[in-house]
Amino acid sequence: MPQPQSGRYSVFAIARQALRQHQDWNRAWASPEPRDRYKIVIVGAGGHGLATAYYLGKNFGITDVAVIEKGWLGGGNTGRNTTIIRSNYLQDPSAAIYDKALKLYENLSQDLNYNVMFSPRGLIMLAQTEHEVRGYRRTVYANTLQGVSTEWIEPARLKRLVPIINIDGPRYPVLGGLYQARGGTARHDAVAWGYARACSDMGMHIIQNCEVTGIETADGQVRAVNTAKGRIACGKLALVVAGHSSQLADMAGFRLPIESVALQAMVSEPIKPCMDVVVMANTVHGYMSQSDKGEMVIGGGTDSYNNFTQRGSWHHIEETVRALIETFPMISRLKMLRQWGGIVDMTGDRSPILSATPVGNVFVNCGWGTGGFKAIPGSGWAMAELVAQGRPGPLAAAFGMDRFRAGRFIDESVAAGVAH
Amino acid sequence: MLTLTCPYCGVPAEETELSPGGEAHLKRVGPGGTSQEFEDYLFARKNIKGVHFERWRHAYGCGKWFLAARDTHTMQVFGTYKAQTAHATDEIVGNARQARPEWVPDWPQPSEAVVG
Repeated sequence: MPQPQSGRYSVFAIARQALRQHQDWNRAWASPEPRDRYKIVIVGAGGHGLATAYYLGKNFGITDVAVIEKGWLGGGNTGRNTTIIRSNYLQDPSAAIYDKALKLYENLSQDLNYNVMFSPRGLIMLAQTEHEVRGYRRTVYANTLQGVSTEWIEPARLKRLVPIINIDGPRYPVLGGLYQARGGTARHDAVAWGYARACSDMGMHIIQNCEVTGIETADGQVRAVNTAKGRIACGKLALVVAGHSSQLADMAGFRLPIESVALQAMVSEPIKPCMDVVVMANTVHGYMSQSDKGEMVIGGGTDSYNNFTQRGSWHHIEETVRALIETFPMISRLKMLRQWGGIVDMTGDRSPILSATPVGNVFVNCGWGTGGFKAIPGSGWAMAELVAQGRPGPLAAAFGMDRFRAGRFIDESVAAGVAH
Repeated sequence: MLTLTCPYCGVPAEETELSPGGEAHLKRVGPGGTSQEFEDYLFARKNIKGVHFERWRHAYGCGKWFLAARDTHTMQVFGTYKAQTAHATDEIVGNARQARPEWVPDWPQPSEAVVG
C-alpha cells in the first residue's frame, strides 16, 4: 500500500511528532478546487457518501471520484446521531447489510489507519411489554437463522449487565431483553474523517461548502451537476444525502417514496463511568449510552410530521427524558448539556433505498431513517458495487426503489419502528 | 411548540393535542388504477421543503380531521382549513406567497388577481 500523503499514523509517528511539539502533522485530507469533470460524482460527504467513495477506490480501483458537500464534512446526520451500532434486524436483507457493516466496523480502524474508536460494548433492547417479549424472541430466532449472534436475556442477567437500571417499573417493568454482545458504539466524526482521509490519499477530491443547485440531464442521462463552485460534469452520479434526498431527486427529475422528519438527541454533563452497554427502550421511546467523555448520550423519537428544521419538537425531549428517568432513576439530577436535531428520510417500510433510478446513470442511497450510522461501511460497500457495476450486488439487491410498486417490502417498522 | 387552530372548534391546539396525517389532497386511486398510480397514491410524496399542505386530526379535542398549510423549513403556519375543501383558501395562499414569493400553487388559480 502506498504511503498516505497525510503520513501513516502509528505509535512511532506519535513519538516522533511528540519530539517536534506536534508541529509537523500533515493535513488529514486535501481541500482541492473541483475539476471540470469526474468519472463519478457523489453528492454528500457524510459517512455513507465517503464510504461509497472509499469502496469504489478500494474494491473497484476507481479513483476519479469527487465527493461534494453542501456544508462541512460529516456535519449532517453523521455528526448528529447517537453512534449506536448493531445488526439485530428481523428481515434477511436488513440483517445481511447491517451485519456486513458491523463486521467492517470491527476492523475499520486498522483498515483506514484511523482510530474510529469502535467499542463493541454490547447492546440491549429492553422488552417492557408482553408484545415486545414475543417480538424480540422472534428476532432472536430470525437472527440465529441469519447467522447473526443475538440472545434473549432474562431480567436478572440484564440487571447484572446494567446495574443502574430499574427493572421493576412502575409503568413498564423490564421483562427481559434482546442482547447483542457484538453491538456497541463508535466515534461518529472519526468514521467520516477516517474515510475522508483514506479517500483523499487515493487521490479523490472532497469538496466542501459546495451546494448542488441543479442537475443537468439529457436523453435520460445526467451530464453534470451545477454547484456553488461551478459546473462539474460526471459520468455517473450518486445521491447520498439523507434528509434532502427528495430535493436532489426533484432536480434530477424523479420522485422518491421518502418523507423527511426531524430526529433529535441530547447529551448530559459528563459523569463517572456508570453504564458500559447501550440500552434501548423502544416502548417508552428512549435510548442511552455513555460516551468515552462520560456524557450520557440520549436519543428519542422523531417528530411525526414533515420538517427540515434540524431542531425537533420540545415535547419529545420531555417524553424521552421522562421515560429514561423511570428506567434509570439515577439520571434524574443530571443536567443536559446540549440538544440538537437532524433531518432523517423515512421510507414507507422503514428500510433504506439503494437503487438505480429512472435517470440512467444516477444512483440513490437514502431512506436510512433514524438508523443510518450503524450501516455506514456496509452501505458504502453495497453502494460502491451498485455504482461501479451499474446493477446492485447481493447486499443491495432487495433495496431497490421498485419494491414499493412491486409490494416487496422489507418491513422493519416492527423491529425498528422507533428511532434507533 | 407547533400550534394549529382547529377550523371546526376554533381551538388553538398544540401539537401534543393533534395527530398528523401526512400530505393533504391525495386522490385515491380507483379499482382500475395501474400499479404506478397505486404506488404514487400510497408512497410517492412531495416532501416539500417549503409550503406544505397536510392533514391533521384534532385527536384530543373535537376529533375531526382538518387541513393545514405550513412551511416545513421555517415552521411558519399559513392557516388551517376544513377537510372538505379541494384547495387551500385564497387567504392562505396569500399568506404563503407573502412569506415565499417564489412559490406558486400547483393547482389552477381562478382568483389570481385576489392573491397578486
